[in-house]
Amino acid sequence: MHRAVLGLLLTASLVLNAANAAEAVPAAADPALEARVMRVAAELRCLVCQNQTIADSHSGLAEDLRREVREQLRRGVSDEQVVQYMTDRYGDFVRYRPPFKSSTVLLWAGPAVLLLAGLATLFFVLRRRSRLAADQFEPDDSAWPEPSALGDRNERAR
Amino acid sequence: MRLRYLLPLALFVLLVGFLGVGLKLDPREVPSPLIGKPAPGFALTRLDDEAKTIRREDLLGQVWILNVWASWCAACRDEHPHLVAFSRTKSVPLIGLNYKDTRPAGLGWLARFGNPYDASLFDVDGRVGIDFGVYGVPETFVIDKQGVIRFKQIGPVTPDVLEKRIVPLLKELNA
Repeated sequence: MHRAVLGLLLTASLVLNAANAAEAVPAAADPALEARVMRVAAELRCLVCQNQTIADSHSGLAEDLRREVREQLRRGVSDEQVVQYMTDRYGDFVRYRPPFKSSTVLLWAGPAVLLLAGLATLFFVLRRRSRLAADQFEPDDSAWPEPSALGDRNERAR
Repeated sequence: MRLRYLLPLALFVLLVGFLGVGLKLDPREVPSPLIGKPAPGFALTRLDDEAKTIRREDLLGQVWILNVWASWCAACRDEHPHLVAFSRTKSVPLIGLNYKDTRPAGLGWLARFGNPYDASLFDVDGRVGIDFGVYGVPETFVIDKQGVIRFKQIGPVTPDVLEKRIVPLLKELNA
């Protein structure tokens, strides 16, 4: 008798658990589609919280845009077309990887130009120094210089 | 030899110049790609009457202003008195786009603070908002007779923007 009651209770708890578990099933019915939605969403900037992608952001606009991406992909629109759809409405700024064109040349080439300028400066400074006579440099002694030597050096710097 | 001292100074001044300009730029104001392009098509019901639909085509042939607002939007309350004052000049139709709101909340807000709009469109899921590239309510668009977007204000309209940008543009477009 007791066993029967226990069995019933166990069964009931299992059924209830299963019911609860059903609620926790992820909203995405189609994991492949959802993965694609997230991949495209990770390319798009959320304009409300600008340092987040619409995949990361919880803002209302990001949720709406994710829904838009999901619905368009479900309809068979290509990834590129979805990104274009967003660019048409929000501009290049919506793309985390802006396209290379005349207005973004500085953005893409800037770091390389700065690096080259730095290397060129380093090269010319080192070449000039290598041509200076030895007495243009301070002696390489490791000890602290005497006060009088300090005075000397100040004289020379002027 | 003098170049040695002037060059770093020049570079420093240049850097200060760039940083100074950068300080004054608002990163939230993203230039809209829609300026100079035809306004996106829409067909939405009126906020105050779900049986009546307003389409883009209904507004062609006149210069009009689209103002995106919502009852949940705090900044909309800041600009609201200026829109009410502007609507009294009766210069052009002022159409509201009630963005991601409910009818009772939107109508209640208008009843409480005054209704400057000739009509408000009811965009419950924000889709027309997306088509207009809306990301920060309130936003305001000036649309010309051919249905082309000529101006966009992101954030609240101020008396300054109304006087210096919007009113002269309306005059030019209506000329």
